[in-house]
Amino acid sequence: MIRFDRVTKLYPSQSRPALNDVSVEVAKGEFVFLVGQSGSGKSTFLRLTLREDKPTSGQIHVAGKDLARLTGWKVPGLRRQVGTVFQDFRLLPSKNVSENVAFALEVIGRSRHQIAKTVPEVLQLVGLQGKGDRMPDELSGGEQQRVAIARAFVNRPMILLADEPTGNLDPATSVGIMKLLDRINRTGTTVVMATHDAAIVDSMRRRVVELEGGNVVRDQSRGVYGYSH
Amino acid sequence: MRYRLVLSEMFIGLRRNLSLTLAVIVTVAVSLVLVGAALMVSKQVNLMKGYWYDKVQVTVSLCTTTDAASPCNSASVTDPQRKLIDQQLRALPEVEQVFYESQHEAYLHFKEQFKDSKSLVDNVTEAELPEAYQVKLKDPKKSDIVVSAMQGKQGVADVYDQRKLLSPLFNVLGVFRFIAALTAAGVLLAAVALIVNTIRIAVFSRRREIGIMRLVGASNLYIELPFLLEGAFAGLVGGAISVLGLAFIEAFLVHGRLASAISFTTFVGWSDWLSVSIWLMVLGVVLSTLVAFLTLTLSRATRV
Repeated sequence: MIRFDRVTKLYPSQSRPALNDVSVEVAKGEFVFLVGQSGSGKSTFLRLTLREDKPTSGQIHVAGKDLARLTGWKVPGLRRQVGTVFQDFRLLPSKNVSENVAFALEVIGRSRHQIAKTVPEVLQLVGLQGKGDRMPDELSGGEQQRVAIARAFVNRPMILLADEPTGNLDPATSVGIMKLLDRINRTGTTVVMATHDAAIVDSMRRRVVELEGGNVVRDQSRGVYGYSH
Repeated sequence: MRYRLVLSEMFIGLRRNLSLTLAVIVTVAVSLVLVGAALMVSKQVNLMKGYWYDKVQVTVSLCTTTDAASPCNSASVTDPQRKLIDQQLRALPEVEQVFYESQHEAYLHFKEQFKDSKSLVDNVTEAELPEAYQVKLKDPKKSDIVVSAMQGKQGVADVYDQRKLLSPLFNVLGVFRFIAALTAAGVLLAAVALIVNTIRIAVFSRRREIGIMRLVGASNLYIELPFLLEGAFAGLVGGAISVLGLAFIEAFLVHGRLASAISFTTFVGWSDWLSVSIWLMVLGVVLSTLVAFLTLTLSRATRV
């Protein structure tokens, strides 16, 4: 589903590569934690997967597409198959919960009828049934993250990327979010989650890819956060 | 594509930047009025030049029965006189080419030149327009020699150099047109700068939405269309205002003032206004949309 072949990414202003000769393969339906300190290359990995950036060398395949050959106008097609969730939720404050989720469908040209049908379904899935009329600032952090997940998942992407989704949440709320991501993973969606949260990684017992200074230093199929924790 | 959604985004954008949008519309309108004025002056000059102005220098008009004044005294030019005039003209060393214009041809040219002044055309018959020799000179400045050589010949009603009459006026009009075009270019530059700023601010104020649109896979076109439409809309309204402004000038200045004060020529009419207006609308919309497009492309903020 995601394949990095000897991928190196150099940013012009930095002497050290953000990713150094990284080869990782994520199969369809897998749940992968991407761990490592700040600056270890986790965000670069996610940016390259979304083709927000191109690698300096190496090949990347996402959802069957060779990103090097993907022309600019086909990038939106890729992003429709990759849902994304961030630490800071990125909701539109002027739209209510339903509108925030519907926005993702409107801008890719889905019909009004289809949106009216899909949005309540996905709100139900993330546990926000009946809260469609709330504004984002009326919700708790956990609920806002659920809205963001609903928006990322409403188009039924093949892949869900999560960049520190629990970074702003307390442990109890984080557990709820992880259960939700786990449920989404069980529908067959591949999930890649970058995180610092050792407790979560340790409790989930999923595959762990650890990055350090742009290198993959560990890739375990049922791993924990790290030996030092 | 959800057209209504895109349109509502456009109007939200325009409202959010109301003061800037107004500034864009006003500058576009002012610059287009000036462009329109310059075009109208060009049309006026062409109108006054008539059929022969750019082709010949000297006109030798012949006597008709309708010309009661001296030297014709209501006697039409005779065939031998006409033949003699023809020969004498062609014999002059300054003359390069001689065109004969019959009364019928003169009437056709007259009708074409004054097609916007129906009353003038209706009041003139073919018989009243003199036949003429239109003379092209090797050196246009030597018209005096030809005029004095042909003046007073039998059957000749009048000899004159049209340029001597019209060129001072054309010089004034040319200066006016130059000033209008120069000012138009200056204001147009201001309009372009304002459009660039308006689009940038619109993009900046919607950066959150744009970020999410890119993330969920909206196409470039979908993201950029509201901004392009904002530009096009401002251009359309600015163009419409300039067209109205030009209509105002045409109605009150040209028809109201000039036409009653100056009677020796006709003035640009509503058909000229219409053809200039179409150009102004097209120019307004295309220019502002193009500037918006280039701003988006160069800033790359909206690009996936």
